[in-house]
Amino acid sequence: MGQKYLMKGNEAIAEAAIRNGCMHFFGYPITPQTEVSAYMSKVMPKIGGTFLQAESEIAAINMVLGAASCGIRAMTSSSSPGISLKSEGISYIAGSDIPCVILNVMRGGPGLGGIQPSQADYWQATKALGHGDFQLIAFAPATVQEIVDLMGTAFDLSDKYRVPALILADGMLGQMMEPVEFPENKGPSTAENKPYATTGTKESRKPNIVNSLYLKPDQLEKTIVERFKRYEVIKQNEVMVEEYLTEDADIITVAYGATARVVKTAVDKAREEGIKVGLIRPITIWPFPEKSIAEAAKKVNNMLVVEMSMGQMVEDVRLYANGQCDVSFFGRTGGIVPSPAEVLTEIKKLAGGAK
Amino acid sequence: MAEFKKTKGLTDAPFHYCPGCTHGIVHRLVAEVLEELGILGKTVGVAPVGCAVMAYDYFNCDMIQAPHGRAPAVATGAKRANPDNIIFTYQGDGDLAAIGTAETVHAATRGENITVIFINNAIYGMTGGQMAPTTLANQVTQTTPYGRDVTRAGFPIRMSEMLSTLEGVAYAERVTVDNVPNVRNAKKAIKKAFEAQINKKGFSIIEVLSTCPTNWGLEPVEALKWLRENMIPHYPLGVYKDNTEKGVF
Repeated sequence: MGQKYLMKGNEAIAEAAIRNGCMHFFGYPITPQTEVSAYMSKVMPKIGGTFLQAESEIAAINMVLGAASCGIRAMTSSSSPGISLKSEGISYIAGSDIPCVILNVMRGGPGLGGIQPSQADYWQATKALGHGDFQLIAFAPATVQEIVDLMGTAFDLSDKYRVPALILADGMLGQMMEPVEFPENKGPSTAENKPYATTGTKESRKPNIVNSLYLKPDQLEKTIVERFKRYEVIKQNEVMVEEYLTEDADIITVAYGATARVVKTAVDKAREEGIKVGLIRPITIWPFPEKSIAEAAKKVNNMLVVEMSMGQMVEDVRLYANGQCDVSFFGRTGGIVPSPAEVLTEIKKLAGGAK
Repeated sequence: MAEFKKTKGLTDAPFHYCPGCTHGIVHRLVAEVLEELGILGKTVGVAPVGCAVMAYDYFNCDMIQAPHGRAPAVATGAKRANPDNIIFTYQGDGDLAAIGTAETVHAATRGENITVIFINNAIYGMTGGQMAPTTLANQVTQTTPYGRDVTRAGFPIRMSEMLSTLEGVAYAERVTVDNVPNVRNAKKAIKKAFEAQINKKGFSIIEVLSTCPTNWGLEPVEALKWLRENMIPHYPLGVYKDNTEKGVF
């Protein structure tokens, strides 16, 4: 720690992964996250790691499945349309209880969409990143430094719970340059303490099988129920949330990722004008900070959710506010970042309405 | 004379394969080779989607079950994680030559140092006998009920020939297991493919022409006859590429 580097978000992500023991990266080019691959391709050969440009996103995530099954830290990154392609492999990885880290630097969708920042993959990230009953631990950093800090957490929690971790960033965070400090390099991860790892039996133990197939329904149900018990433990212990000026607030804004920085600026401006407004910023979007929302909803009349989408997280906020306050929404989409002035206008509308 | 024993390369689990299906023979050959080469303890197999989806129950080594067609990508990840492990995939024709064509071609062209066992029985078995990429012209299947019309459904694909054009392939041979000499030859080919991997020579693939009596609607002996009379003429047996001396890089 100590030394600061001015780095692009995507490059900082790559460096943070390496410093957390990830020596195996499998990727496929897609804007706006290609610098992750470029950085890995430059650094990995020099440190004895693996950078492999796969033939498709589908192949890349399955290479992660193969490498991570062997008990080492493996990672892939992509952007929205590429994450859709990876969803097959992600479902298999989740069903096989294999840890790994997946980065989504979101762009506008659906379809080919655009290449500008977006948060339109919230539903995909938290509800349906593949077929079947499963969840990912999903982080939503707001700064380049936070992406770096969360990389270690993502790998650690993924290993601890054998649940894949997703870092949900967006084109703005991936492309922006900020000063950043890195943790000490932990050195390459190993299969130590990974009893499931397929590294060869050495004819001294029973074969390890990494598998997501259970043809008998009662057995399949049992594995899913067991997995959901782990999800409950994660929900109890691993929620991360930032609350900003919420103590005395009459209005609560809710935003995550790069959008939360825009909202924070609007909150500060509103405070200068005497409007008591605060911000709840989910850092994990799954598990969702449901208690923060439920508690705040008891105290205020209005919540304002701001997203770079047509409104996705707002549904979770409404769920946990549970009718105890009004929940309104402001969003821009298609690759447009909302401005602090736009958000301030929305806050003022609510403040006016409250009077 | 040597005693005929069960190989250490297989578990005690009884096969689920249909009577007359040749999966059992090929499993046994692969398992014997792993045992004879002394690599059972460092081998990781990758099971496909299809009839051999439960191969992980039978091989007595570490196994990963891959999504449909993705076995070569999974194998690539496992090999890159532990280059000294021996990695093989075991895939059918739907898995390898349809949904997984890209993964197969690119693992081969990268010269990925893995071994692919490719079971070609000219039909989708597990899902009940639909047309495969390898289904012969005029062959009747559930989805070609009037016979495969090549003007509508295209031509049967010859994977060994196609893959042998790629620089990353060290060894490609097509074999079958319809009689004792051919079973012996198949084992020799499988052994050579694993030896190529042990010696880090590049990608190796053994295509095994196999039977599917259930979905072909034939009795086991008739199925072997059908294989000889129909499949071998379209899919000639033999070595298509042997770069095991020099290696691909």
